[in-house]
Amino acid sequence: MRSSARIGAQELRQALALVNEKVEEVCRKRPDVNLMEVCGTHTMAIGSFGLRSALHPRLRLRSGPGCPVCVTTQSEIDRAIRLAFFKGVTVVTFGDMMRVPGAAGSLAEAQAEGADVRVVYSPRDGLEMAQQAPGQEFVFLGVGFETTAPAVAATVVEAKARRVKNFSVLPMFKLIPPALAVIASSRRINVDGFILPGHVSTIIGARPYRFLVTRYRLPCCITGFEAGDILAGIFILLEQIARGVPAVAIQYRRSVRQEGNPMAKRLMARVFKKVDAEWRGIGRIRASGLRFKKGYESFDASRRFGLPVLKGKGKPSACRCGEVMLGLILPPECRLFGRSCTPAQPVGPCMVSSEGACAAYYKYER
Amino acid sequence: MRGKRLQRRTAWVPAEVYPPSFRGERKEKKIVLGHGAGGMKMHRLIERVFLKYFGNPLLERLEDGAILNFNPGGGELCFTTDSYVVKPLFFPGGDIGKLAVCGTVNDLAVLGAVPGYLSLSFILGAGLEMAVLERICATIARMKEKAGVEIVTGDTKVIEGAGGEVYINTTGIGVRRPGTKLGAELIRAGDMIVINGGIGEHEAAIAISRGADSGGYRLKSGLKSDCAALHRMIQAVLECGGVRVIRDPTRGGLATTLNEWCRFSELGLLIAEERLLVSRAVQGVADLLGLDPLYMANEGKVVMVVAPERAETIVKTMQRFAEGRKARVIGEVVREPKGVWLKTRLGSLRRLLMLEGEQLPRIC
Repeated sequence: MRSSARIGAQELRQALALVNEKVEEVCRKRPDVNLMEVCGTHTMAIGSFGLRSALHPRLRLRSGPGCPVCVTTQSEIDRAIRLAFFKGVTVVTFGDMMRVPGAAGSLAEAQAEGADVRVVYSPRDGLEMAQQAPGQEFVFLGVGFETTAPAVAATVVEAKARRVKNFSVLPMFKLIPPALAVIASSRRINVDGFILPGHVSTIIGARPYRFLVTRYRLPCCITGFEAGDILAGIFILLEQIARGVPAVAIQYRRSVRQEGNPMAKRLMARVFKKVDAEWRGIGRIRASGLRFKKGYESFDASRRFGLPVLKGKGKPSACRCGEVMLGLILPPECRLFGRSCTPAQPVGPCMVSSEGACAAYYKYER
Repeated sequence: MRGKRLQRRTAWVPAEVYPPSFRGERKEKKIVLGHGAGGMKMHRLIERVFLKYFGNPLLERLEDGAILNFNPGGGELCFTTDSYVVKPLFFPGGDIGKLAVCGTVNDLAVLGAVPGYLSLSFILGAGLEMAVLERICATIARMKEKAGVEIVTGDTKVIEGAGGEVYINTTGIGVRRPGTKLGAELIRAGDMIVINGGIGEHEAAIAISRGADSGGYRLKSGLKSDCAALHRMIQAVLECGGVRVIRDPTRGGLATTLNEWCRFSELGLLIAEERLLVSRAVQGVADLLGLDPLYMANEGKVVMVVAPERAETIVKTMQRFAEGRKARVIGEVVREPKGVWLKTRLGSLRRLLMLEGEQLPRIC
């Protein structure tokens, strides 16, 4: 994926110089430029390329809400943990979810206590497990954005076709464009342009972001994950800012098409419907989550096991993950960062996930 | 005696009465609890499998331990142990048996020792196919031959519940030349950091074969574990002189090894991203699974800090060996900044910290 667009070190340095010149030019008319990288993979990539310290100091990159683990609420985690302790139930999940703290502990701790939790790379692994052990219930934790939802939809369609009765999904999916609407419409938030996620956009295409341009006049660029991609994406955004002509540009052309991936979109529409969803640290956002449609409801684990909606205990905490995800503060501005909150002992979700802004800052920017 | 009587009796019974595995000569196809019980079954296993592959006068005495008749000749005795629990058992470029020999040989090699003897202990899950065990033993036999070490003592335990699993422990003894001095405290500013090839290959190969096993993804990558015994190359390098410290960057990868050196040091290690060799296949797997090649395990790599004036000779020496064909200088020891740093292709510096826990595969 990323490796297909490697360019040489020399070209990279030239690109960096061009971007920094452009920042200089744009900043003649304004004090600074704030761009938000919406996607957690971008946050990590920017860190691992050492981009933040190489860029002009007046260009600030702020992390957005695009880390699926980070926006999963504590009560959702607690539901998953409760499920894992049910007799005869195996919880199947992507690795990121293991260490996210709920009210009483994480899935990894539950596993150590004897709960059956298994890490997989794909939802299909869960389906295979279910077929091999018909007496056991397998629940896949449906975490993620538009990137993962189609794969889960495809798995559920397959499970239905194969009449697998012991496989279900605990849906916690979130959708990116509604979250961006919250950010764009808030007065507190200071974002001059969006580095839009490459993988999500591969599925949904460019159209769902149109409102950012038409309603909020914000520059947008769908960007790839190589250092060269990100520099190019930033350059395109600076260009839009300089000319005052916002648009939804696609830098990541080798993967993203205007219309997205029609097959994946059809699959999602067939299996899921949009519902309001709770985002950790942000709150309730209209039509930003997915639930199973009629005909697929039997695959909803919360129905199958009659899981109640748990109320978060509302533990008072100084954790500021919510503000980090909205781009209001940078991770080091949180009082807990690097002190009581580290990847080994995370307080907030942004420190847990490998894609979380705090974890990225801890790993790359200290 | 008893065996003979049994055989005669089976001849009187119509063959169909017994399942195929009981007919005629009783060839054991699976490991059962009895194979670890110390009785005839275990002795048959030792004779038919272990002695067949590893037979040597010391092992053939079948005593509880080996009496090593050897004289270190004033050299220092080096001693190490390691356990191998890799899954899957077989992966592109090797298997658990190859790891069990090379891993322990390399642990001795990085101390500067010439490895001599290994112990070999198996913990086997009941239900393991005998053919699988034989395949692993054949690899071990091949590798110990290649590495020039002898297996002189061993043990077998069979555990229930585990569905045909294999765990191996090997302990190794070797000798190093008297007065050999290696250690992180010898590192000086200006020294060079050298490695014998590309990083992350072992972990990438394991990750790929794990995925293939579960049916999740099937990738054609040509990816192979770099698993290899390195003691001959390391001995040749030690001849060159100027070597400060050697380590094999296994679990936790290159970044972790460098951090271990830096922990109690006032110096910094600066690695140049451009000099690092990460194959396209490894990078692809890393990107796909959200791993960082700098933190991915190697099994045939050795990283060392060497005096600057010896660096070129050492790299050339390594390149004479198959395991060191792509040897190179990847960085240097600096006074400032302290800690481990990567000079990225952009020219910026990125701190390489110790991994907190394990690298977890991510969502999207």
